[in-house]
Amino acid sequence: MSLLSVRNLQVTIADKTLLHDFSVELNAGQVTAIIGPNGAGKTTLLKAICHDLPADGTVDFAGQPLAEWSSAARAKKMAVLSQHNTLSFAFTGAEVVSLARGPHSTGARIDSQICIEAMAAMDVLHLSNRLYPTLSGGEQQRLQLARVLAQIWRAEDAGERLLLLDEPVTSLDIGHQHQLMRAVRDFAASGVAVLMTVHDITLAAAYCDDLLVLHNGECVATGKPEQVITESLLADVFATEVTVIAHPKTGKPIVVGQ
Amino acid sequence: MTPASSRRRRIKLCAFFLSALLCVSFLLSLGLGAVAIAPMDVLRALLGAELAGYSGDIITSIRLPRALLAAGVGGVLAVCGAYLQGLFRNPLADPSLIGVTAGASVGASLAIVLGGGALWGSTFGGLSLVSVGAFTGGLVCVWLVYRVATGINGTSVATMLLMGIAVTALAASLTGLMDYFADNEQLRRMSLWRMGGLDGATGTRAGIMLVILALLLCSMGKCARQLNTLLLGESQARHLGVDVERLKTLLIVLVALGVGISVAMAGSIAFVGLVVPHMVRLWAGPDHRALVPLSALGGASLLLLADTLARTALAPTELPVGLVTALVGAPFFIVLLKRQRGWVQ
Repeated sequence: MSLLSVRNLQVTIADKTLLHDFSVELNAGQVTAIIGPNGAGKTTLLKAICHDLPADGTVDFAGQPLAEWSSAARAKKMAVLSQHNTLSFAFTGAEVVSLARGPHSTGARIDSQICIEAMAAMDVLHLSNRLYPTLSGGEQQRLQLARVLAQIWRAEDAGERLLLLDEPVTSLDIGHQHQLMRAVRDFAASGVAVLMTVHDITLAAAYCDDLLVLHNGECVATGKPEQVITESLLADVFATEVTVIAHPKTGKPIVVGQ
Repeated sequence: MTPASSRRRRIKLCAFFLSALLCVSFLLSLGLGAVAIAPMDVLRALLGAELAGYSGDIITSIRLPRALLAAGVGGVLAVCGAYLQGLFRNPLADPSLIGVTAGASVGASLAIVLGGGALWGSTFGGLSLVSVGAFTGGLVCVWLVYRVATGINGTSVATMLLMGIAVTALAASLTGLMDYFADNEQLRRMSLWRMGGLDGATGTRAGIMLVILALLLCSMGKCARQLNTLLLGESQARHLGVDVERLKTLLIVLVALGVGISVAMAGSIAFVGLVVPHMVRLWAGPDHRALVPLSALGGASLLLLADTLARTALAPTELPVGLVTALVGAPFFIVLLKRQRGWVQ
């Protein structure tokens, strides 16, 4: 049985169908990326899955409809990183990350140990003492990521877990982009299903098990990166001529301009 | 030093300073006035010892209820300010934003205009008709703001803010209309009420106010941590297991109750709810588990000091305390804003 099972998900707002008949199954240990042009419905899809938007269709999480989960029980097993995180209050970096342990009652000592580990994974330990509003956009983004990781860090707290990330790498430099993707991969290996939206197709192809291509609210392709990423599909979906070459070592697809 | 321990040290320091300030301002407000009484005598009177002359009676039956009322109102306004700033996720929110103060003003004016002179002195459980009018007016306005801002998708904080502005404007014009049609005596009473004053203090009123303060502080155990999470954003808080709608409703009810009753008891008192939590946050950080109790201490001290100043500055004339808090608070707030610009919103 898969951890997250989405069937016939449909989102219609003000007579406009933003997401059409979408189905997907996610298993623990698997990293899946959603790619697609701006306005294709990527964020809508994530919001519909985590009940931030009203949607038709069924979303089963660990064998039970997601709507039937109590918010406290759900928060132990599922973490969500939104695209926009505004916080104008002067919490320190460590305080922001420690808010993630609210749903758990694991005790202060374990909580602070988990926060330190999550912050180390995101390379933000040195920001513990800094005030959040004074940090750069990329630093804030990495702190928020450390927060969602800390929320579902330990398998012994909640078993198989789900992580939804909306454009986690967008404002990061290339070094931290790769570090984040590696951290997410390692994290998935501990029993987490990851679903993320990514704009950089080469990056997504290098680290994700599966890719989902969304276009005008519909899933137009799904599967392994090598199978999905073709010049004709990208030309179709993104309305741009690109060249796809294979990575000389890994064989993963690389997308470059013409 | 780890960040957590540095924050904790600042919180301890702040708690120590504000507790000391509260003790000092409490003793000052009991000791100063038309008859100055030495601090040692104040302490002896509080412990029940007999004093020469009327000093003992002055303290226990005149100054003590007033000081307790001032402390209670100050504490409640500051805690309500802290809650609202957290709820709106905006450090510049003020209890008057959701229409309580404006609504209370309409209620009080209505009571003064319709009630006439005969009812001025009549009391209802320690509350005059004007107080009842103020409380009712405040509650009606909050209910209106809340109803409009709440739809099937929950309570929209932005709509609530705009609705607060609309209701405040409406209330202001209603109050203006009543000012226009009122006679001289009513006009004077209405404007005096609006400036705020603690001269109606009795033991009962002080007791009610302190019970409300205790209620607000007890509720903190439940909502402080959730409020910290809410600062991240509503959907973020929901994904962290917080029942956001219930939290918002609870906070609105608490704030309407706290501000409504304090306005009913002491008129509208500006700046305590806005400035005190803001200052505490600058010193001890935005964690509500420390912010709320520290704000209560700070608000109580500030209003005690302001009331003492209002009573003694031009004695025997008594200034409305609302004027004093605004007079002290506004320049201070301007300095804070200027210092902060470009650093943290």
